[in-house]
Amino acid sequence: MGLIYLDHQSATPLHPRVKEAMIRHIETIFGNPSSDHQVGHPAAQALDKARSQVAALINADPKEVVFTSGGTESVNHAIKGAAIGLREKGRHIITSNIEHKSVLNSLRTLRLLDYQVTSLDVDAQGLVDPGAVEKAVTPGTILISVMLANNEIGTIEPIAEIVQIAKKHKIVFHTDAVAAVGNIPVDVQELGVNLLSLAANQFYGPPGVGALYIRKGTPVWPLLDGGTQENKRRAGSENLIGIVGLGEAAALAQAGMPERQVRLRALKDRLEQGLKAKIPEIHINGHPTRNLPHLLSVSVEYVEGESLMLMLDDEGIVVATRSACASGSLRASHVLIGTGMDFATAQGTLVFTLGEENTAGQIDRVLEVMPGIVQTLREMSPLYKKSPG
Amino acid sequence: MVYSPIVLDHFKSPRNVGEIPDADGLGEVGNPVCGDMMSVYIKVEGDRIADIKFKTFGCGAAIAVSSMITELAKGKTLEEAMKIKNSDVAEALGGLPPNKLHCSNLGADALHSAIKNYLDRKAGKKVPTEEDREPHLKQKGEGCYCPYCEKKVEEESPFCIFCGSEMPHEHDH
Repeated sequence: MGLIYLDHQSATPLHPRVKEAMIRHIETIFGNPSSDHQVGHPAAQALDKARSQVAALINADPKEVVFTSGGTESVNHAIKGAAIGLREKGRHIITSNIEHKSVLNSLRTLRLLDYQVTSLDVDAQGLVDPGAVEKAVTPGTILISVMLANNEIGTIEPIAEIVQIAKKHKIVFHTDAVAAVGNIPVDVQELGVNLLSLAANQFYGPPGVGALYIRKGTPVWPLLDGGTQENKRRAGSENLIGIVGLGEAAALAQAGMPERQVRLRALKDRLEQGLKAKIPEIHINGHPTRNLPHLLSVSVEYVEGESLMLMLDDEGIVVATRSACASGSLRASHVLIGTGMDFATAQGTLVFTLGEENTAGQIDRVLEVMPGIVQTLREMSPLYKKSPG
Repeated sequence: MVYSPIVLDHFKSPRNVGEIPDADGLGEVGNPVCGDMMSVYIKVEGDRIADIKFKTFGCGAAIAVSSMITELAKGKTLEEAMKIKNSDVAEALGGLPPNKLHCSNLGADALHSAIKNYLDRKAGKKVPTEEDREPHLKQKGEGCYCPYCEKKVEEESPFCIFCGSEMPHEHDH
């Protein structure tokens, strides 16, 4: 059996039709969409098409879609842009403890500029309590940013409920939907959000390109200053090759989502049930029902995640770990710690993210190989002997 | 991060894994907060390490380091073994990634701790129990301080916003 890739959250392979669309674009169009001549016009048309495709995926007006260099830029733009745009109204921002680092570190920058940030605890399943959001609101609150789905444990947050609170107090709401868009249906009208971040590399598009949804009338200042591209929201010549790829990926995601969601959910259940049956003393993280259909986070007691990941890698099985050892910052995952997990258990966490090309046979191979690897590492672990049984 | 072929060999086929039930000395270092925990068991005959085994909770580097320290120490006199440094272990492994040098390279510390434990037992000193060992924990919310101007800075800051000094790579130690 060849490579079993179960880390789609880090990168999805480029869909063949996305690749075709990008190559066709490279071969036929090089103009600048801002140029009002016969070389610029086809580029402007390609840009418009991609914008409509992305807008359709999230049920937005194309005028409300701004292309960016990916999820991180979208989030930075939303948070810092709203903070600048609303600075006369107040300086207080509410978020949660389990946000992606692009959110947490954008807020770090704003704290340096004298904004105040309230970061809310989540429960053991990773849910933000809308009641706690309401309690945190002050007269100076200008922005609430809570992710749509968590990228480490897969929990889907009650965004529509929190938006009601934001609306009641006339506070702008941003959701980091990078882990969600393309994987589950996302509708900006249903959610009622003002701002929403998404990235192409989560749904078989290229890395380095994403979009920020800015609801009409939301006062978001540009992050990158310069010319008048993207309706004066994001300056700089567009990454049109990437944007064409994002547009095509969005169209494919929308068309294939009903079937893919059901198929991946079934594979994930197979993996979850199999692991629970075959490996004692493991924890499935996140919410039992409100979760992403393709993401399974598992904490394995007494072993460390990087070792587990390396041994699986050696068997051709590619997964992600949330152990401190494998992270650049050598810190245990703030998300897992945020759900109240102890450090040692957090260290033994693997994140499986399934994708289109995965099969039941591949899941069965993981179930065949992983129990032995866990046992080998447990027998090597000084923590294992200290546990009863 | 890429491990050297020697590291990968020792990680995949670790030498001397296990415990010695009637060990003469036991050394334990690290804790799961930092990501790594090593226990080293030694059996001493005369002044030599006749047998040595380890148990480790940790990343690939930590397991390879544990395996290598047992290989380096086996058959050595206690005096020779006390001279093995963490850097010798890293060198014998063909190098370790920079962020693992500090974090996972605890093999010599664990060995020295086991030898001290043996000498203490021999001298009739009370052997510290688990409760006596100082926990090596960093409390949640303790925060991060600039090592140069000692002001509190944001986590993962590229440089200190107060004095401009470049921040060293963060670590939970």
